[in-house]
Amino acid sequence: MITRIEGPTPERDIARDLTRKALLVSPAAIVVFGLIWGVDGALSTAYAIAIVVVNFLLAAALLTFSARISVGLMMGAALFGYLIRLGLIFAAFWVVHDASWMEVVPFGITLVVTHLGLLFWEMHYVSASLAFPGLKPASQTNKES
Amino acid sequence: MSTSAILAQAATEGLDAASAKGVSAAATAGTAYGLAAIGPGIGIGYLVGQSVQAMARQPEAAGMVRTTMFLGIAFTEALALIGFVVFILLKFA
Repeated sequence: MITRIEGPTPERDIARDLTRKALLVSPAAIVVFGLIWGVDGALSTAYAIAIVVVNFLLAAALLTFSARISVGLMMGAALFGYLIRLGLIFAAFWVVHDASWMEVVPFGITLVVTHLGLLFWEMHYVSASLAFPGLKPASQTNKES
Repeated sequence: MSTSAILAQAATEGLDAASAKGVSAAATAGTAYGLAAIGPGIGIGYLVGQSVQAMARQPEAAGMVRTTMFLGIAFTEALALIGFVVFILLKFA
């Protein structure tokens, strides 16, 4: 019977990979929303992307840390971590909701689209390799050579 | 607190109709967001429970199970995130 999980930490790898991909797409998203909503829209978009990335990193850190201690703690960290992170997202929004640069519409759209978009992007690699993220399986010709 | 109770309290405290409506809308939006967070909570609990069971049965597959579990949690969480975004759009946009 296992009580704790040793070995590799796929959550951290996934979160790092998601962060790398978020950094790749964020300039395009910021420019697009900046063209529509102006500088305020660009700033709100950047803030939303930062929230999504921090959310992923925090979730991964919580699971990785708790899995090394016990599986039960990992379950607790997953559920209460979810509640805590929702609270943190709300707090992050509440802190700036009155700021002059905050545009709610691009902020909300970016929050959902970035979160889901990055996950689907990551799913592509995970489902392709059934392994850790970013490990796109090498083609047969590459393996032979 | 229900909408009618808020309106009744507003009437006794002398709030005008617009303020009472605003308070009522905020309470309703907050309740809706709270309800929207329940479903993902149940989903994450079930998902992690099943993943732990899978890891206990096959410890050698723990890495793959954790990968899928983490992505599953994030996907389930997207539902709550959508609820949050609808809430802020209704309340602040």
